[in-house]
Amino acid sequence: MTACLHLPNHSTAIPPVPDPLSAPPAKPEPRDFREGRAGFLHSWDMVTAVNGPGTRLTYFLAGCPLRCQYCHNPDTFGQDQAEQVWAEDLIRRIRRYQSSFNLTGGGLTLSGGEPLLQPAFTAGLFREAHRLGVHTCLDTSGFLGALADDQMLADIDLVLLDLKAGDESLYRQVTTQTLAPTLAFGNRLAALHKPVWIRFVLVPGLTDHPDNIRAVALKAAAWPNVARVDVLPFHQMGRHKWAELGLPYQLADTPEATREQVEQAVAIFRSQGLNCPG
Amino acid sequence: MIATETKPTVQSAYRGFKDGVWREAIDVRDFIQQNYTPYEGNADFLSGPTPKTLSVWHTLENDYLSVERKQRVYDVDTHTPADIDAFKPGYINADDDVIVGLQTDVPLKRAMMPNGGWRMVETALQEAGKEADPEVKKIFTRYRKTHNDGVFDIYTPRIRAARSSHIITGLPDAYGRGRIIGDYRRVALYGIDHLIAEKKRDKDRYIDQPFSEHWARYREEISEQIKALKKLVALGQSYGFDLTQPAVTAHEAVQWTYLAYLASVKSQDGAAMSFGRLSAFFDIYFERDLKEGTLTEDGAQEIIDALVTKLRIVRFLRTEAYDQIFSGDPYWATWSDAGFGDDGRPMVTKTSFRLLQTLRNLGPAPEPNITIFWNKNLPLGYREFCAAISIETSAIQYESDEHIRSHWGDDAAIACCVSPMKVGKQMQLFGARVNAAKSLLYAINGGRDEVTGKQIVTGYEPIKGDGPLNFEEVWQKYDDMLTWVVGTYVEALNIIHYCHDRYAYEAVEMALHDSEITRTMGCGIAGLSIVADSLSAIRYAKVTPIRDETGLVVDYKTEGSYPIYGNDDDRADELAKLVVRTVMDKIRAIKLYRDAIPTQSILTITSNVVYGKATGAFPSGHEAGTPFSPGANPENGRDTHGMLASMFSVGKISYDDALDGISLTNTITPQALGQNKPERVSNLVGILDAGMQEGLYHANINVLNKETLEDAVDHPEKYPNLTVRVSGYAVNFVKLTREQQLDVISRTFHKGA
Ligand code: SF4
Repeated sequence: MTACLHLPNHSTAIPPVPDPLSAPPAKPEPRDFREGRAGFLHSWDMVTAVNGPGTRLTYFLAGCPLRCQYCHNPDTFGQDQAEQVWAEDLIRRIRRYQSSFNLTGGGLTLSGGEPLLQPAFTAGLFREAHRLGVHTCLDTSGFLGALADDQMLADIDLVLLDLKAGDESLYRQVTTQTLAPTLAFGNRLAALHKPVWIRFVLVPGLTDHPDNIRAVALKAAAWPNVARVDVLPFHQMGRHKWAELGLPYQLADTPEATREQVEQAVAIFRSQGLNCPG
Repeated sequence: MIATETKPTVQSAYRGFKDGVWREAIDVRDFIQQNYTPYEGNADFLSGPTPKTLSVWHTLENDYLSVERKQRVYDVDTHTPADIDAFKPGYINADDDVIVGLQTDVPLKRAMMPNGGWRMVETALQEAGKEADPEVKKIFTRYRKTHNDGVFDIYTPRIRAARSSHIITGLPDAYGRGRIIGDYRRVALYGIDHLIAEKKRDKDRYIDQPFSEHWARYREEISEQIKALKKLVALGQSYGFDLTQPAVTAHEAVQWTYLAYLASVKSQDGAAMSFGRLSAFFDIYFERDLKEGTLTEDGAQEIIDALVTKLRIVRFLRTEAYDQIFSGDPYWATWSDAGFGDDGRPMVTKTSFRLLQTLRNLGPAPEPNITIFWNKNLPLGYREFCAAISIETSAIQYESDEHIRSHWGDDAAIACCVSPMKVGKQMQLFGARVNAAKSLLYAINGGRDEVTGKQIVTGYEPIKGDGPLNFEEVWQKYDDMLTWVVGTYVEALNIIHYCHDRYAYEAVEMALHDSEITRTMGCGIAGLSIVADSLSAIRYAKVTPIRDETGLVVDYKTEGSYPIYGNDDDRADELAKLVVRTVMDKIRAIKLYRDAIPTQSILTITSNVVYGKATGAFPSGHEAGTPFSPGANPENGRDTHGMLASMFSVGKISYDDALDGISLTNTITPQALGQNKPERVSNLVGILDAGMQEGLYHANINVLNKETLEDAVDHPEKYPNLTVRVSGYAVNFVKLTREQQLDVISRTFHKGA
């Protein structure tokens, strides 16, 4: 038979509202940052299909050594505006979302900025998530790959590796830094058989030359652990942030990448035998 | 055993069915549980539209719908007050109508239903460019008292004040209350002769009683019900069917059930005229005919397509003012489906798939309001099909099977958007909603209206001084003001339902209920997110009131940051919970008409625009005169941590404090669900699973790009069937007022990044 009618509780008690004033959180000391108990956080969200498989809790860590022309989070370049947070609090949220990760096939992603700029903090979060059985994902440019030790990599299930250009000179033009460390990191991940998704931002007039795309594709294809390549069409959603920060933005007049341009890039990646949805 | 046992039609009607309690008493739930076949597979078995289906749909589109879109109202009969048997039969395509029956004699032609109130009818006629037959006008202004007349005879001064200052608006005091679901399946399963015999027995069950008004009303109402059932028999006859006996085939089962529903929309223009929980019931008949070889899958789909076609063309005569509150001509033919039975079997059948398939065969449309009782343990094939159809059409909504079944059992259905009830055993006294946000401003201003400056409520001290607001003081004043507001509001509802029962009784719908039923009083609030954010700002940031020259607080200066409801931050979400519980406790303290169970919903339908217009500025930065976010939604654009985070926040509100439902409408772009279709489907399934697991009651899902909507505002002709879910229901986007269209566009689009 049908379940009986549950009448509501006639409770008149007002539940306590959590009061942050009663226990002011301690401010982290330099040691806490050094040892990974605290870190600089730009923001977090819980979204789908962007930062790895399923619906993922993504912590965007502040600070980045690159200066990509097309960066849509230029507010993560530095750490001075970032929130100082305790790893413990971030881990509490990971726990809260654990069952959602199971249901959505998602997990934890550390992104940025550049998470490897805070290696101890990043390592600690991955460690704990991994211990909880949460799928973990590192979203990185690979430039600081040397700072990820083997223990950290063992705690990471998937690396989203940005290959922003196929040769040194264009890479420098796009990011102001060199490509070699990223390639070295990619080689290391390949040797470890670590699953990798390559991400390539298609910027008309900057990275969209077929030669460049082919160079990126060749590099990706040389790594047998690359499970997928995502072509991310350049968009202008970050433009206002550059303006707000008063930073010179070189792509102000660059058009967003069109559907056709994306399809052409996808075709090049596929021609190298890569799995490239699009 | 039922009286008609020996009749040959009964034997043939019940051939192959498993017996159970349903043979001894009217118990459709038992019939379903004894006989339905769960389906665990995928959508591969489904059929496309037949030539008949397409031909009817084309006639409808070309001759009627396209005309209506141009002129708002296709036609109105100005001579014949509506009733079950008031009109001659009518058809879309006489030869091709697989399921027949129209509200009037012509598709989309609307009828006058003056029992709710004459003025509403007259205004609606004028707006449609028509004039009422003077005889009809005379009857309903001179001889026949209406619901609206009754209500205004009783209203108290404080109710009038609250109505005119818009702290309470949209009450069902001039239109039909709706939110009653007749158990239309009973007609198909038992036939009307049997239903009448049972009603007669019920009527005389308490014959030797001392007189009481309750007793007299019981007898009078059942007499009305029996008369309505007889009219339903006549309606059936006019279309060539004998409804006195049970349905013998699947086609008859659907036809009988539809005619019963049709009788209700011929005689009542309730705000929401919901259809019930029908798929498993119909499926039993389909399965039997398929097994007997008298029906094919094409034929089964054709029947469901034909039924849905009919459910898409119900129309009521409404005023433009009514459209402001319930825009897009909705009538909420809500069709609830899926969920689990109490015995743990999923109530997903092949007909659950056929129902969703109508959105492909006939294209997307807002009605019937397809409502899935979601549970993460439902068969994966079904969950994926739902998600795929959501992504294609944005035309379905989801409610928590867990919440609904644990409170209302496994034969519950949704009336309107989110209101659950046991079919045939329970009805709601619909209460629209009260402006909980404006109440906060009244608390601060001591009952002076922040827009007009008029003193609406007396006996309450305003907050004095120019310093920053103090949370404890504001909360105390808000709590006090809510006592007045809720008291006034519920007083109005008691009056309204007393009169509705007297002057606009839903005889045929109630005839398809048990004679003794549960009633809930469905109160509601609007503006929850604004109150939560404003209280949070007062508590966690610095809020200084800004006064005009008369001392009235008209705006606020807010400095510093504070947690915002909708981002899974307990500090703000707890405040939203607290408001809901506080309002509910105040409702619980009041005696209700017909001993109704007190409930509330957090739902605004489209009145969020009207409410916003009549309300001033808030400490949260919500600007004066701008739309509220819908239902329990976070403030538009301020839930910045993703769709699931907003679901988790809303999921924290205790369902026990809002048994009539908590509504969340979310829009996500297709790209934010994944790069390709299979990814999007599986990700949407995951999101729904995760959201409901965290306590979410309702999820209205739109999968849309903002650009599409913006284009549709400028080029409506390109998007005649663009469907969006607004707040517990779907509408044709192009039927919304421009203001409402812009409101929908201004809502949060979860883009992923
Ligand atoms: S690596 Fe990423 S965060 Fe750093 S500058 Fe480049 S795009 Fe921006």
